[in-house]
Amino acid sequence: MEEPRVGEPDGLGPSVAERLAFYQRAGGVVTPVITAVLAFFMGGLVVLATGHNPFKTYKAVWDGTGLNWFFKFGHYHITVPFTDHRVFFWWDTNANGLAPYNLSQTLLLTTTLILTGLAVSFAFRCGLFNIGGQGQYITGALVAVWVGSSWAHMAKGLHIFLAILLACLAGAAIAAVAGLLKATVGAHEVITTIMLNWIAYWVGSYALGRGGPLQNKVDISVPVSSDVVQSAKLPTFWGNPQLQALHVGFFIALGALVVFWVILNRTTLGYQVRAVGFNPEAARYGGINVARNYVYAMAISGVFAGLGGAMDILGWQYRLGVLDIQVSNIGFIGIAVALLGRNTAVGVGLAALLFGALVNGTSTRGLDPSVFPPTLAGNLTLMIQALVLLFVGADVLVLAVWSYRKKIGFGRKAAPPASEGAVT
Amino acid sequence: MSAAAATIDRLRFGPRQVARLGIIVGLLAFFFALPPVEARAPVVPLLVGLVGIACGIWAVTRGVGRLAWGAVAVGVLGILLGVLATRSSGANLHIVVSWGALVSSTLIWATPLTFASIGGMFSERSGVVNIGLEGMMLAGAFFGVLGADKFNSWAMGLLVAAIAGGCFALVHAFFAIQLRADQIVGGTAINFLALGVTGYFFIQVYGDQGSPGNLPRIPNVNIPGLQHVRFLHDAFGQLNLMIWLSFVLLIVSYVVMFKTPIGLRIRAVGEHPRAAETVGISVYLVRYASVTLSGVLAALGGAYLSVGFVGSFNENMTAGRGFIALAALIFGNWRPFGAFAAALLFGASTALSFRLATYSDSAAVLFQALPYVLTLIAVAGVIGRPVPPASVGRPYQKQ
Repeated sequence: MEEPRVGEPDGLGPSVAERLAFYQRAGGVVTPVITAVLAFFMGGLVVLATGHNPFKTYKAVWDGTGLNWFFKFGHYHITVPFTDHRVFFWWDTNANGLAPYNLSQTLLLTTTLILTGLAVSFAFRCGLFNIGGQGQYITGALVAVWVGSSWAHMAKGLHIFLAILLACLAGAAIAAVAGLLKATVGAHEVITTIMLNWIAYWVGSYALGRGGPLQNKVDISVPVSSDVVQSAKLPTFWGNPQLQALHVGFFIALGALVVFWVILNRTTLGYQVRAVGFNPEAARYGGINVARNYVYAMAISGVFAGLGGAMDILGWQYRLGVLDIQVSNIGFIGIAVALLGRNTAVGVGLAALLFGALVNGTSTRGLDPSVFPPTLAGNLTLMIQALVLLFVGADVLVLAVWSYRKKIGFGRKAAPPASEGAVT
Repeated sequence: MSAAAATIDRLRFGPRQVARLGIIVGLLAFFFALPPVEARAPVVPLLVGLVGIACGIWAVTRGVGRLAWGAVAVGVLGILLGVLATRSSGANLHIVVSWGALVSSTLIWATPLTFASIGGMFSERSGVVNIGLEGMMLAGAFFGVLGADKFNSWAMGLLVAAIAGGCFALVHAFFAIQLRADQIVGGTAINFLALGVTGYFFIQVYGDQGSPGNLPRIPNVNIPGLQHVRFLHDAFGQLNLMIWLSFVLLIVSYVVMFKTPIGLRIRAVGEHPRAAETVGISVYLVRYASVTLSGVLAALGGAYLSVGFVGSFNENMTAGRGFIALAALIFGNWRPFGAFAAALLFGASTALSFRLATYSDSAAVLFQALPYVLTLIAVAGVIGRPVPPASVGRPYQKQ
């Protein structure tokens, strides 16, 4: 889509929309890669500065991600999921091994991150910055756990479908509040989504907390919901369901990537959303109802995040506690996923894999504690994520890298100027 | 309308004044049901509330609009809460509503918000959105403890906290001003960065033990001679030094922002940076200074929380207070006293939510969502829409 680059009246810098248009055009895969490499490099400096070996640390994190599994070729006799058939395969899929288990955990996180990433991306393509992915995710999870743990005698497929549908609608509803406020009174979506995040946080803490309506009836001293009943659990296909196996939600998330791409690039709604994202005034002049698109874009974003919440609950968590809500930040990581993935379907998928691997690789489960303490590593993940956001947000930096790349035909050397401002 | 006419209008007892009276009467309906008056008959709040509603309705018929509807709403709320209070047991009522203690704990919870939201005011008035207040507060909380512990002095703790907050703010400023990055992305990044850095160094320095128990604390200010008046003693007799400092900060920041050339420059840069530069103001310098100051103030708020109030640090201890401060700033329409009033309101809701646990744990938890709901209502424009500085969030390009 060719859009005119609007000048800068009154010395104001480019608007979010213009910057967004730039993101979509410039750099391809090079700048996100530089961004990520730079962030990992600076994270390594912190590790080094505090007396640990960054190479060993990153190697341990890599092993913890389970991605090393792909490099262990061989001839194995494996069972095809959902059947008793055994076939030859190049990788050992026996999930009792460490690497395949870690990989399945990484993919579990990737599943959710794809969806929370898409929640940020879709709104972004409409020129809206949806910080509310976390709140929409929590809302979806709450509704999923409510539906999933009640109505025990429903048919399996129907129960799952209903739980997912209602969770998506709930996510859409809370996101649409922000969209409506933006469309009707012009309230800034960043402010409203932040407020909605915290409303979801406290309402969730209330609902699952002691004496709350969703708390389990068995042990009232524990602020956790009832378990999801068997008929609402998603089928798993890799690993032991008692130990968080990979569930079919992974394919639902991949499907969501395709849906995202199709809506944006092959439907009238997507065309309008992108037009509004590039330039709301021009879109309005072209006869597009901008206000309606704001509401739709936020609602669709909420559907993605709510679906993410439903996947976690129905796929492997099977219950939700106050603590889960209070420590969860998977919706916020979605911001980094979306921005690193440049708000495109493929980009979001890859960025979600990167962050899923990073989060799992630095978790207590994944990381070898003799090499690097996982408690430190969890915070290292936060830092790397923050650095990615910082570098991605600096479009002047991206621009410098990009033009430099053109000049010398390669991108790497242009990166160092960034480090001046970021060393803290 | 000339100034004189406006003054006369204010003195006249017209429908607007009746509406205001209605709001006060509506509040009284609730107040009468609480100690020390403590009317036990439900009919008391009901009658008083009805008077308030009547005032409101009369004012509505005279075309007063929003204020009058407010009086009606307050009257209804007053009746509901008042009747509820008469139904509760007297003992519980005394535990929840002891005015002196309620005022002091409101001030305790409001002070971190006051520091951070006034900090945020400087940043946003100069045209830089500061979503990173939360992170800067958290940095202040951790580095305050670190400084107080290592130098064995709470004053050094405050200094270290201020420097740390300033550094985080400088990073935000560099990316927002120099690199013209998206300020919201940058602020979000600062929040994560602070979460990661404080968590990392907290574990690196203190390990599993947590911060030391004998941390030098910011002292309380004992005001002698207040013992005779129980309410004043409970409310103001034992307040922390930082709470009194927050009052000073409030007045100073008001004067600086609205009565001095410095404040005029900050506001000019936030409203119309090109015009400001045309008359010789350095937009970048003003913005850098304002953002850094906002980080320093937010960090002091965080340090009050850790070194002053709690006496220790734990991971993510600010728990979203930076966002409440941001909400207070918006609620208070980017003005110091407005932000302070909002901080008091939000502080009171936190203080109350702890006391309401006497009645019901779960209701007390739900009560914590109140500041966010109120802010959502405020930005929706129900109670007069807040107006942000004109060029907030837009990077400026020098010419």
